[in-house]
Amino acid sequence: MSSIDLQAKEIKPARNTFTHVAKLIGGDKPATRYQEATLGIQPTQNFHYRPTWDPQYEIFDASRSAIKLADWYVLKDPRQYYYANWTITRARQHEAVEANYSFVDSRGLLTRLTDEVRASACQVLMPLRHVAWAGNMNNTFICAYGYGTAITAATNFHAMDHLGIAQYLTRFGLAVDEPGVLDAGKNDWLNDPRWQVLRRLVEDTLVMKDPMEMFVAQNLCIDGMLYPLIYGSYIDEHLTLKGGTAVAMLTSFMPEWHDECKRWVDAVVKACAVESEENKVLMTEWIRAWTDRVQAALAPVAEIALGDHGQEALAEVRETFNARIAKLGLTL
Amino acid sequence: MSNVFIAFQANEESRPLVDAIVADNPEAQVVYSPGLVKIDSPNRLVVRRETIEEIIGRKYDLQELTVNLVTMTGNLEEDDDEFVLSWQH
Repeated sequence: MSSIDLQAKEIKPARNTFTHVAKLIGGDKPATRYQEATLGIQPTQNFHYRPTWDPQYEIFDASRSAIKLADWYVLKDPRQYYYANWTITRARQHEAVEANYSFVDSRGLLTRLTDEVRASACQVLMPLRHVAWAGNMNNTFICAYGYGTAITAATNFHAMDHLGIAQYLTRFGLAVDEPGVLDAGKNDWLNDPRWQVLRRLVEDTLVMKDPMEMFVAQNLCIDGMLYPLIYGSYIDEHLTLKGGTAVAMLTSFMPEWHDECKRWVDAVVKACAVESEENKVLMTEWIRAWTDRVQAALAPVAEIALGDHGQEALAEVRETFNARIAKLGLTL
Repeated sequence: MSNVFIAFQANEESRPLVDAIVADNPEAQVVYSPGLVKIDSPNRLVVRRETIEEIIGRKYDLQELTVNLVTMTGNLEEDDDEFVLSWQH
């Protein structure tokens, strides 16, 4: 009878990560999934042909933006999103939204909304479907024409987030009112003079050419003031006091999402600005120009949402936004 | 003086935990053996939620660490922010 000698044997992996990742993280050491999904992925050479539709650029070309970076992988996402953990996070958040819908539904909370709250919520939120759609288009543009997987992958996720928000708004409209409310919202977006300043601004961003300026305009300036105004000042502080808690529950994803994305947007802007004085000047100019336009465009929207308190609320939002920019080391 | 220790399965999820523990416990010694990573620390070892959150870039619930926890010694004191092993009682 022979005895069996059991013992653990350690098998050391020949390498800890891919060579192209090791090169960017300072040697062969264990890399995170985010690093492996992001670093060194951007195609950089052997393009052979320039795009026939835009031959002054290579197909992937960092010079499409006026921002200059020695290494575009500095635009890291502090949330460390790659496809898997981004979808898992959003799926979990969607479950929470579903739970809110069934809570609101089972208690009949929407039937308890006053006509005033219902009408106000629809009047404010329905045109924003079109703003969210533009956010989707713009981030898709940055993904297509930006440079470096760190920024293009993250903006692609961000584009889909915007699409999700547009869908949540649609669902909200259909839950609280008849389908005609969507058409009414579109009609306001196209014809109500109070929405036209914002519409012009949004449509101007749709035709921008510099992916990093678009990033600043859309993700920092528009979202950075719109979300606190609508989901903070209007829904959380104004509507809930009038018995509109159900509205806050059904739109709970948006403020949560905005808080999360703020960290990423700030990190990207900061990384661009600290690289060089030129970048810093450029960033400051862009932020200054777009913030003022956004504030002007939101003024009539704030009035639709908050009436007489609108301008006061918008001024507070602007103040908080200025503080956020100051934290990034930029002076407006 | 005697050591406390905590051991995790050596995998992708426990790597940021080990990094956080090393950052917060300067005297900690990390010992790797097949499939396992054990961290010894004289008298006291603290796992801080904030440090882990900084490394992984998202919110973290300290209860999540039990998924990869293999074993530990010491008296445990835990709240929402810290998970502390020591010989105090």
